[in-house]
Amino acid sequence: MSRMKSEDEYKKTKAFHFFRWLSGEKDPYIGNLEMKPQKEYITEEASIRERMRENQMVMDKVYNTKYNKWQILFRRFYRVMAVAFCIMLASLLLFTVSYLPPTGNASNPDNNEVAERYIEKGVQETGAVNIVTGMILTYRAFDTFGETNVLFIATCCVMIMLMIEDAELKKEEVLGDRRFEPKNDAILQAAAMILVPVIFIFGIYIILNGHLSPGGGFSGGATIGAGMILYTSAFGFKKTQRFFNENIYKVTKVSALCTYGLIGIYYYVTGANGIENHIPLGIPGHIVSAGIIFPINICVGIEVACTMYAFYALFRRGGL
Amino acid sequence: MKVFQYILLSFLIVCAISVSFSKKLLNSILIFMSYSLVMSIIWICLESPDLAITEAAVGAGITSVLFFVTLKKIHAIEEESKKGEKESMIERRRR
Repeated sequence: MSRMKSEDEYKKTKAFHFFRWLSGEKDPYIGNLEMKPQKEYITEEASIRERMRENQMVMDKVYNTKYNKWQILFRRFYRVMAVAFCIMLASLLLFTVSYLPPTGNASNPDNNEVAERYIEKGVQETGAVNIVTGMILTYRAFDTFGETNVLFIATCCVMIMLMIEDAELKKEEVLGDRRFEPKNDAILQAAAMILVPVIFIFGIYIILNGHLSPGGGFSGGATIGAGMILYTSAFGFKKTQRFFNENIYKVTKVSALCTYGLIGIYYYVTGANGIENHIPLGIPGHIVSAGIIFPINICVGIEVACTMYAFYALFRRGGL
Repeated sequence: MKVFQYILLSFLIVCAISVSFSKKLLNSILIFMSYSLVMSIIWICLESPDLAITEAAVGAGITSVLFFVTLKKIHAIEEESKKGEKESMIERRRR
C-alpha cells in the first residue's frame, strides 16, 4: 500500500478492506501512520555566508596555483600517470591475448566432451535443428531462466525509480514536457507505417523459428520491442495505449515468466529424478517440434519485448 | 573476405576512439550506433547470425534510443528543437 495516497482514496482500495478484516475492524494505517507534509527547510543567511566564505578560503589556499606549488606538481604527475596507466593496461591485455590458443584449433581446451555431446546428440535429445537454441533452452534452461528474471527485476527497479502516479502525470501535462508528444512528423509517420508491420512480423518469425533458424526468444523480443518504440515515437503514447497499456503489460509479463518457470520446473523435476518426460519432441525441422523449446521461446520473447518497451516508456514519460 | 574483415575491425577501433574524443554528446551517440552496426556485420562474418540480430536490435536500436531520451531529459541536446518546443509549451499554458 502506498503511503502517498490520501485517507479517503485509501479507504476505497481492496487493501484497506483486507487489512481491516485481518486486524478486526481496526486498521493501523488510519489515524496513526499518516504521512504529514514536511515543513520546507529554510537555510539561514548567516550559514550560507559562512559556507561561501569557507569555500572561498579553500579555493584560495588549495586550488590557487600561484601559491600552492604542490597543486601544479600533482596535476602534472596526474596527467603523466594517467597516460602511463592506460598504456600499461592496454599492453598487459594485449600480452595476455597473445598467449590465447588460436580459434578453431583441435587441441583447444574448450573442445571437450561437453561440446561433442551437444553437437552429436543435440538433435536427438532436444529435437531442435538450431543447436544453440536447443542448448540454451534445454540443457541450460535454468541459466536462461535466471537471465529472464534479471530482465524482470531490472524493469521493476526502473519502475520504482521513474514511475510517476497518474494524478501527478495529469498535473504535469500542462506544465512539463512529460507528455510532450512528438510533433506529427509526416516523414516519420509514413516510414513507420511501412516499417512497423514488417518489423513486427520479422520479430514474430524469429521467435517462432527459434529452434529451426538463427535467433530465438531474446533476439525476436528485442526486435519487436524496437518496433514498438518506433511506433510510439511516430504516433504518440495514446495510440500505443490502445493495444498495450499498463494492465496488459502486467498480465503478459508476469504470466510469461510464470509459464516459463512452470515449464522449467516440470522439465527439471522429471529429468533430474529420472522420471519419463511426457513432452513429445516431434519431428526435427517442423515448426511445432522440439518439446519445451517452442513455448519457452515464446515466453522469453514476450518478456523481452515488454522489457524493452517499458524501458523506453518509463524513461520517456514515467509511465506505460 | 579477410581484407573486408580487417577494414571492419579497423573501423571498429576508429569508432571506439572517436566516441571518447568527440565533443558533442549527440555525435558520440551516433558514432556508438555505427560501432554497433559494424559489430553486427562482424558477427555475421564470424558465422553467428543470432548474435548479429541481437546486436543490431539492442546495441544499435534500443540502447541509443535510451541514450537519446536520457539526454533529452537532462536538456543536453535541445538546441535544435528549442524554438518549436517552447512555443508549443507557451501555447499549452495559455489554454
